[in-house]
Amino acid sequence: MTDDTAPVKVRLPAHLVRLFPDGETYLELPAATVRELMDALETRWPGMRDRLCDERPAIRRHINVFVDGRRARLETPLRPGADVFVLTAISGG
Amino acid sequence: MAQKVLILIGTKKGAFILESDPARTSWSLRGPFCDTWPTNHVVGDRASGRIYAGGGNEWFGPAVWQSDDLGASWTHSSRGLAHAEGEAPVKSVWSLAPGADGVLYAGVEPAGLFRSDDGGQSFTALDGLQKHPSRGDWGPGGAGLILHSLVLDPDDPDALWVGISAAGVFHSADGGRTWSARNRGTRADYMPEDQRYPEHGQCVHCVVKAPGLRHRLYQQNHCGMYRSDDGGVSWQSIEKGLPSSFGFPAAAHPRDAETLFLVPLNGDTAGRFMPEAKAAVWRTRDGGASWQALRSGLPQKDAYFNVLRQAMATDTLEPAGVYFGTGSGEIYASADEGESWTRLAEHLPTISSVETLVVET
Repeated sequence: MTDDTAPVKVRLPAHLVRLFPDGETYLELPAATVRELMDALETRWPGMRDRLCDERPAIRRHINVFVDGRRARLETPLRPGADVFVLTAISGG
Repeated sequence: MAQKVLILIGTKKGAFILESDPARTSWSLRGPFCDTWPTNHVVGDRASGRIYAGGGNEWFGPAVWQSDDLGASWTHSSRGLAHAEGEAPVKSVWSLAPGADGVLYAGVEPAGLFRSDDGGQSFTALDGLQKHPSRGDWGPGGAGLILHSLVLDPDDPDALWVGISAAGVFHSADGGRTWSARNRGTRADYMPEDQRYPEHGQCVHCVVKAPGLRHRLYQQNHCGMYRSDDGGVSWQSIEKGLPSSFGFPAAAHPRDAETLFLVPLNGDTAGRFMPEAKAAVWRTRDGGASWQALRSGLPQKDAYFNVLRQAMATDTLEPAGVYFGTGSGEIYASADEGESWTRLAEHLPTISSVETLVVET
């Protein structure tokens, strides 16, 4: 049986959260889509959505969001209790 | 009151600061700052003492960093630093210019201009460049379609010039709402022979304003060095006497409009390093009519480095200090207007920009 009110479980990269005061690499938030999750992160740490999303609007090219093991987009739905990993892609030199 | 001189250094892996007393003989290095993000430009606001750094990270996008304690601590923001929804995302901040009354301008890639009225906490798009009729023709230079030169007019807070690779120089008289191309007389050698003086599309590398003369500008272009005495409406070549027509940075003297410093490289298809691998800064004292090579203290053998478009600056002391940073991570300084040089740092990441800030302590 699923708990319809269970929050999603979110893991954030350390080099993202250190840009924000009191940033945390693990948190639980209520969100029905990845877009709502980004809004919730923005509320918690103003400016974080801009670090993860651009103005197309879309998840930034070198950021990967995995939901229950599958690569997601902003419109991807989140089931109650979903596992969300925000990861940085291989990039740079 | 005591003074400190700061050299503000933007690199591919963060910002650094070199610091000295006004004698400029003993320097200490601090950094890297800005979480080691690629940092294209670091500037100081002389009025407030605040330091701003602009850059962009491949993962997290563009940002402007601020420090109110000469680099000891930093915050960052990119609120509003985005083109309109649906447009190509802003990748990085490339140029910063503090203006009067606490205004901060930020130039970005892809080419666009933003303004902050709250000390870099939030930004408003000045979208006149996006709406310019020639916009569809603009092509990127080697580093992208970047707005790298941002020149304010100290006599008119509504007037500014920008340099965009490879769209050319543009001027606004209304605070960035509308723009006119200012490229007459500058060459585009990479165009067909009968189209080498177009209205726009030139590959400008650096534009600086001379002090004291309201309409005097200098420009280092991909194709030549130029002077303008009418605010960029027309440009005259000043490359005669220089070892090549190619280079990136230009630095004006803080008080003398006739003095300019350039770093010509050996050529755009010849490796883009020091001519004959011997380093020199070239100085004019007569507005570009004649040039003198300044080599004392600079490597005269095996100098295969470049100096990028924003990587040379002067300070405001007497005599003026001149500083440049190389693609191979060295900072060279002169405390006597280029007569003699000392290497202040080596092994830094690739240096994108060098600016100075003199502060009272």
